[in-house]
Amino acid sequence: MTYPEFISAHGPRLLDGTLVTIQQTILAALLAVLIALTFGMMKISPLRPVRALATVYIEIFRGTSLLVQLYWIFFVLPLFGLTIDKFTAGFVAVGMNLGAYGAEVVRGAIQSVPRGQWEAGVALNLSPARRMWRIILPQALVIMLPAWGNLMIEVLKGTALVAMISVADLMFAARQINGTTYLSAQVFGTALVIYYVLARFGITPFMRWLERFVARRMGRV
Amino acid sequence: MKQELTGYPLTLDGPDRPMIRFADVSKSYGDLQVLDRLNLDVAEGEMVTIIGPSGSGKTTVLRMLMTLETIDEGVIYVDGNPLTHMPKGDLLVPADRRHLRRERANIGMCFQHFNLFPHMTALENCTEGPIHVLGLSRDAARERAEELLEMVGLIDKRDEYPARLSGGQKQRVAIARALAMRPKVMLFDEVTSALDPEVTGEVTEVIRKLVGKHNLTMLMVTHQMGFARDISDRICFFHNGRIEEQGPPSELFGNPQSERTQQFLSAVNEAI
Amino acid sequence: MGGNWSWDFTLQILPRLIEATGYTLLAALIGYLIAMVLGLVLALAQRTPWRVLTLIAREFVEFIRSTPLILQIFFVFYVAPQFGVRLSPWTAGMIAIGLHYAAYLSEVYRGGLESVEKGQWEAATSLNLGTAHCYRRIILPQALPNCIPGMGNYLVGILKDTPMLSVIGVAELMHTANAIGTETYRFLEPFTLVGLIFLCISLPLAELVRRAETRLRRKLGLVK
Repeated sequence: MTYPEFISAHGPRLLDGTLVTIQQTILAALLAVLIALTFGMMKISPLRPVRALATVYIEIFRGTSLLVQLYWIFFVLPLFGLTIDKFTAGFVAVGMNLGAYGAEVVRGAIQSVPRGQWEAGVALNLSPARRMWRIILPQALVIMLPAWGNLMIEVLKGTALVAMISVADLMFAARQINGTTYLSAQVFGTALVIYYVLARFGITPFMRWLERFVARRMGRV
Repeated sequence: MKQELTGYPLTLDGPDRPMIRFADVSKSYGDLQVLDRLNLDVAEGEMVTIIGPSGSGKTTVLRMLMTLETIDEGVIYVDGNPLTHMPKGDLLVPADRRHLRRERANIGMCFQHFNLFPHMTALENCTEGPIHVLGLSRDAARERAEELLEMVGLIDKRDEYPARLSGGQKQRVAIARALAMRPKVMLFDEVTSALDPEVTGEVTEVIRKLVGKHNLTMLMVTHQMGFARDISDRICFFHNGRIEEQGPPSELFGNPQSERTQQFLSAVNEAI
Repeated sequence: MGGNWSWDFTLQILPRLIEATGYTLLAALIGYLIAMVLGLVLALAQRTPWRVLTLIAREFVEFIRSTPLILQIFFVFYVAPQFGVRLSPWTAGMIAIGLHYAAYLSEVYRGGLESVEKGQWEAATSLNLGTAHCYRRIILPQALPNCIPGMGNYLVGILKDTPMLSVIGVAELMHTANAIGTETYRFLEPFTLVGLIFLCISLPLAELVRRAETRLRRKLGLVK
């Protein structure tokens, strides 16, 4: 079987898988950002219990592997009556895992906003919430975006694991095709290239654009 | 420096052969001409100071001698042998690494930012080269290093790491480190520029000690005009990659001929 | 089956899981050793004057870093036999995970090497030290402390990624937990224990890395 023949026979399935991978990536990324912002800000809260809660979350999710977390969410949570379908379990696990890494990025970025900006916020008598939202976060955003570029690629790579709970993503499609055809080099090679293209020509340019966009909005250009 | 050269001697001989010779040396970075057909001889034991505005190519001259920069045209000789090239038949061809390593052994250099090895003590900084390059025994290298640290007045700091030394002390260790390799030529590249004004004296004192001793040939770039005037045999004023004017300190400082030299010197004097 | 934790069952499966933990640690260690060596090769390849070699090494690192490890594991395991090389799950797994982390470690090495000032090279040249000698005695000792945090993070990272080896049948912790789950239809205890065991190893390991970094810096005289 030549490579073009292989593609015409199995390309559509790989493409379907790719679409699921893209959906999983986008949903997991949104969840990761939400979690990262929440726990990142909790990590610098003046209230000790809030800080402790954030620390526990971050350490648990960074201290164990995504695959373990994925299995736990998919196999163990139903035992407590919390049944989630596999598609949701997939992006939730990826999002929660990368969200923990993102929380550290958010915390670092917020803390590296110069002291004077906080003080200016106090001097203008802004409420703490407003000070965070209007003064600190926008500046922290500029600082943290480059690190998010790497995290987003980790999100994409992380979604490959959802195939292990039978979500029909690219990885899953590749394994199934491999199981029936044994054309391992073609199918896994193609899948690797697709992931590479998504990362290099999808995520990276998008994050660069976002960096420039935000910098312009902040008047940094 | 790609092509083979003809018309240049393969070695320099004779009673007045210079220790250093730049013959038609040019260098540019892109459009910027740093050196423009430089011809400069330095005699054995001579102390020559290069002065001039920044960007005039002063430091490049030293860095070329230390083989930290390549040259585009011309040839440099040190101690009679070509440094940048090597003889092949009756041609001069660009030097290979072995040739560079052999000829470079004649030259020592002190840098503006000292460049001491931060993970080695003052003594280890001074013994690293002698042990591993010159092949001295540990004891012999240590003895030589201690002698030199004594000379620069830092024998009691021999076991300190550079992070615990002041700028002036670091630069003195750097001088000892370079001298430990027994070079015939010493290069001083703005060695006091990174120092606080009140400690430049301790470094210039050490350099002063070297003048006339060991028959050491020295080439120095500095902004300290008073010091240059005191110890140099000759001053070269660089401008736009050329020697605009050169002569004994008394003449160049006392009675500069070129208009550019006059402008430069009066600007420097005003700054002081 | 249900949400209630059984201590009897826990005690019953614990020895098996602890034994498997040994294999997890072994896999992480072997993979890391491969990564350390290959990573150095990849980093140094990007510092040679040969443009083509630099470019190939660079692209290779980029490719490995932007594709999923689990897919690389499958690739190595299934593609090698197509070319007549039969790899055991362990061999394939070690190649894949070693190569993956080599790409990451090469970036750590590269950053460390680039953090050494240019003046150090110039001083070494002025003392006529050779390139190999300069790397060994001058550059690497200074680059290494800057590499330690990154290297430590990836040591913890490789440990946490070893569960992926279970997919090709390497009998490490995750694989064993899965096996117990399928045998007994109880997933709560094995999967929770796997999580706890990983926490018990990776949290102290991360702390150890932090301490090692401080000590090394002090020892090399880089702290005032």
